[in-house]
Amino acid sequence: MCSTCGCSSQASGGVTITKIGEEENHVHLSAGGHEHHHEAGNGHHHHHHHHEADGNHHHHAHPDAQEPAPVKTVLELERDIMQKNDLLAERNRGYFEAKNMLALNLVSSPGSGKTSLLERTLVDLQAEVNCFVIEGDQQTSNDARRIAKTNAPVVQINTGKGCHLDAAMIHKALKQLAPTDDSLLFIENVGNLVCPALFDLGEGARVVIISVTEGDDKPLKYPDMFHTADLCIINKMDLLPYVDFDVAKAREYALRVNHHLAFIELSATTGQGMEQWYDWLREQRLALRN
Amino acid sequence: MHELSIVLSIVEIAEEQARQNAARKVESIELEIGALAGIELDALIFAWEAAVPGTILEHAERIIHHLPAKARCMDCGSTYAARQFFEACPSCGQYLSELVQGKELRVKSLVVS
Repeated sequence: MCSTCGCSSQASGGVTITKIGEEENHVHLSAGGHEHHHEAGNGHHHHHHHHEADGNHHHHAHPDAQEPAPVKTVLELERDIMQKNDLLAERNRGYFEAKNMLALNLVSSPGSGKTSLLERTLVDLQAEVNCFVIEGDQQTSNDARRIAKTNAPVVQINTGKGCHLDAAMIHKALKQLAPTDDSLLFIENVGNLVCPALFDLGEGARVVIISVTEGDDKPLKYPDMFHTADLCIINKMDLLPYVDFDVAKAREYALRVNHHLAFIELSATTGQGMEQWYDWLREQRLALRN
Repeated sequence: MHELSIVLSIVEIAEEQARQNAARKVESIELEIGALAGIELDALIFAWEAAVPGTILEHAERIIHHLPAKARCMDCGSTYAARQFFEACPSCGQYLSELVQGKELRVKSLVVS
């Protein structure tokens, strides 16, 4: 069981998506938002072997529909288990591309200061670019309400027992959020350094946030998340004199896991380093045009 | 507990395949899971036992192939077994590696009847 997030019972039992300011119009997703429609016909090209009881197998035509099917059929599938999520993520990515939007997936452990970072960023950047936010939490709209105070349109996804956002939830949330062209979308994932690593949401870049009040060996303890991230923000730098956190060591550990990773050190409280973060965002937005 | 989402995706794939092949039963299912796929095997089995009863996989034999991780050093080009993302190259000691195996998360095959 995932002790980080404590989810236990049947998956994603009750995902709720709520646009702040339009709470009466929220949407429930069933079983993690997986909806499926399949045609009866099969345009699939599987290789079918039919095993006989003696263990030999030979090839023959498909059994008729009326024929009872005691034969065993081996389906050589080689299907990626994440395929459905990844396809939907690509669809989200196409949506962002068509609208010339930069979408960022912000991941961290709980308490790293994601929401504070976001609040300050929204206040500082809104004059420059239209910003939209998707907030992911297991329960409550507390974070979304904090974000709403900055006047940025925000949709809250409550994952219920779920420990991560997936591409289907983002797909649904986007319909409620209706972001404008050329905008900046921040997706604040569920506070969890483990599970969200596996789920592509269709983002343009993944930003992992750690703070100096955590251990500097976090990249080694939770390598999956650092392995998939593009940028690592080290937050709460104003507290560095009071804690036992070695910035150089944290960077070195993170680079061992992912040598492509870029770093920004900042404090969302004092504002130190924020300009570097905004420059990074501007660069990413410019890169969209190429 | 993303392992539960993974198990539910596996159930979905099995049910879709059974339907498309007009099968009533899944006799066995073969999975390939890379060592660095981000899946805790114990958690997967725990989730399996919680989520699979009542689905087409309830009585299916579960075969898991565990694929060890392999990395290629971008400095000296040697390929080596990696237990983690941050495994230094045993030949030259560098951390500049790329993973060539170990992220797999696949349903390899199903036997249906």
